[in-house]
Amino acid sequence: MIRFDAVSKAYPDGTVAVDELSLTAPSGQITVLVGPSGCGKTTSLRMVNRMVEPTSGTITIDDRDVTSVSATDLRRGIGYVIQHAGLFPHRTVVDNVATVPMLTGTGRRQARHRAIELMELVGLPASFADRYPAQLSGGQQQRVGVARALASDPPVMLMDEPFSAVDPVVRDQLQQEFLRLQGELGKTILFVTHDIDEAIRLGDRVAVLAVGGRLAQVATPADLLATPADPFVAGFVGRDRGYRALGFISAEVAVATEPTVTLGSPVARAHDVAVDDWVLVVDDGELPQGWLHLRAHPDGGPGPAPGDTVTPGLLNLGGTLSPIGGTLREALDAALSSPSGRGVVVDESGRLVGSVRAGTVLEHLHAATADPSGQVRP
Amino acid sequence: MSPDNGSAPWDLFGYFADHRADVLDLLWAHTWLSVLPVVIGLLVAFPIGWLARRYRWAYPPVVSVSGLLYTIPSLALFVVMPTLLGTQILDPVNVVVALTIYTVALLVRVVADGLAAVPEDAVQAATAMGFTRLQRLRTVELPLAIPVIAAGLRVAMVANVSLVAIAATIGIPQLGQLFITGFQLSVTGPYYPPIVLGIALSVALALLLDRLIVLGARLLTPWQRVSAAR
Repeated sequence: MIRFDAVSKAYPDGTVAVDELSLTAPSGQITVLVGPSGCGKTTSLRMVNRMVEPTSGTITIDDRDVTSVSATDLRRGIGYVIQHAGLFPHRTVVDNVATVPMLTGTGRRQARHRAIELMELVGLPASFADRYPAQLSGGQQQRVGVARALASDPPVMLMDEPFSAVDPVVRDQLQQEFLRLQGELGKTILFVTHDIDEAIRLGDRVAVLAVGGRLAQVATPADLLATPADPFVAGFVGRDRGYRALGFISAEVAVATEPTVTLGSPVARAHDVAVDDWVLVVDDGELPQGWLHLRAHPDGGPGPAPGDTVTPGLLNLGGTLSPIGGTLREALDAALSSPSGRGVVVDESGRLVGSVRAGTVLEHLHAATADPSGQVRP
Repeated sequence: MSPDNGSAPWDLFGYFADHRADVLDLLWAHTWLSVLPVVIGLLVAFPIGWLARRYRWAYPPVVSVSGLLYTIPSLALFVVMPTLLGTQILDPVNVVVALTIYTVALLVRVVADGLAAVPEDAVQAATAMGFTRLQRLRTVELPLAIPVIAAGLRVAMVANVSLVAIAATIGIPQLGQLFITGFQLSVTGPYYPPIVLGIALSVALALLLDRLIVLGARLLTPWQRVSAAR
């Protein structure tokens, strides 16, 4: 547990970066500090490992004042991940990962052995061990950065915008794996970002900081979206927050059976099963491939003749997939983005379960809202 | 060394063959008089350059003062050295100290800029992982500053090879001696072999030492090659 107790940081020129911050980051959880630039979130983070010394107040880790040990000893016991990874360009990947164990006196061989294990843990092939950071992509470098921070198995991790410098697709992947990793490791994590979506996705608790280092609100992501404490938080959390809040309600929406045809079967077969103009096409493994329109070609023009075969070229690829037991947001998004109006629901291995309509999702939402134990508040 | 052999004014090899032992002695003296000041100069310039980088306010004065040293005429410096150091006029220490001053003048800025070229992310990461300041300097900043420092060393090295020759005017034996000999022998008629030989050996020495620095820097910075090859 990391506890800030009335911590302030003022600079000689009078700038107040952090103002009387009191905050607890519970053990085994991800606490996200989020806010616009100049809100003191990075300064707050860096006060934990004493890269910045507070002007007043105390910071404790598991009830021990961080100033009670030397700064270097303190830092060796805290994992730290920064934007752009901050890898040592002159050291190979394996030596980068082994940095802290080597620093604390672990033998070279043992430190490297452990480093290879960590590389695998963060999804890097062991064959990357002898490469230099410049030979890796941004996303791969960031994985090395995470592995390096984990190397001495520190109970506490500080992460400063670790996923901000990579493209959205890679970021999404890294966030997903980060959550998986945290599920296994259960570290006490303080995570800084300026991206409210990232905060909501990753945080067990989210602390919103306003410019001048004022703590505006600490709450779970669902509470933050449902009941912002003040206009600043409401504005920062942004538009669509009602819709985004649906991401915190699991859907047990009834899934309807969806008739399908397999790729390669005759179009006439699609006509036989169709309930309207749209028929869902799956492959041999029951994985959804796209929607077939019986009377129109996706590129315009008339639809396929009954004697034609169903080919990928005839399919409309619109529509996201919703996992079974996913959130209302995923279910609603699948329904709204589907050309047929029926959202495709799949199981863990991606196989078709059935479909769900937007109306069904909304009825479910209505029921959940009416239920006093439901998480959605009007 | 006298023009008694009557060889042609361009008979370089004849001259070398006749004075082989002498010339090789001069070459060896020239080599160590060039190299030693660069080694000492780097050791002196490093802490000064580090200070100029560590305390930003110190950078402008330190770099301009050290740069000014380079404007002292070398002949003047060679001449005043015995007085400053209390050495004999013919003591090679005079040359070593004078050239060390020039090397320091060149390298202080190079060291400060080399350390400044180390990626800030890497320095921050090292600090955050619990490196002491000395560990960070030795294992992160110094290796990453090598390319810039090596480039500065090449300039200092080549400059020294040419500056050493001037010490011939105060009687310190090295390749510059050949120019004086050539000049003296040309009084009665043109006689170039010692001069041309002196130039050729100086250039060859400068090129060799330059290559050695390049090679050394390459061996010390294997990561630079992979980034370039990518």
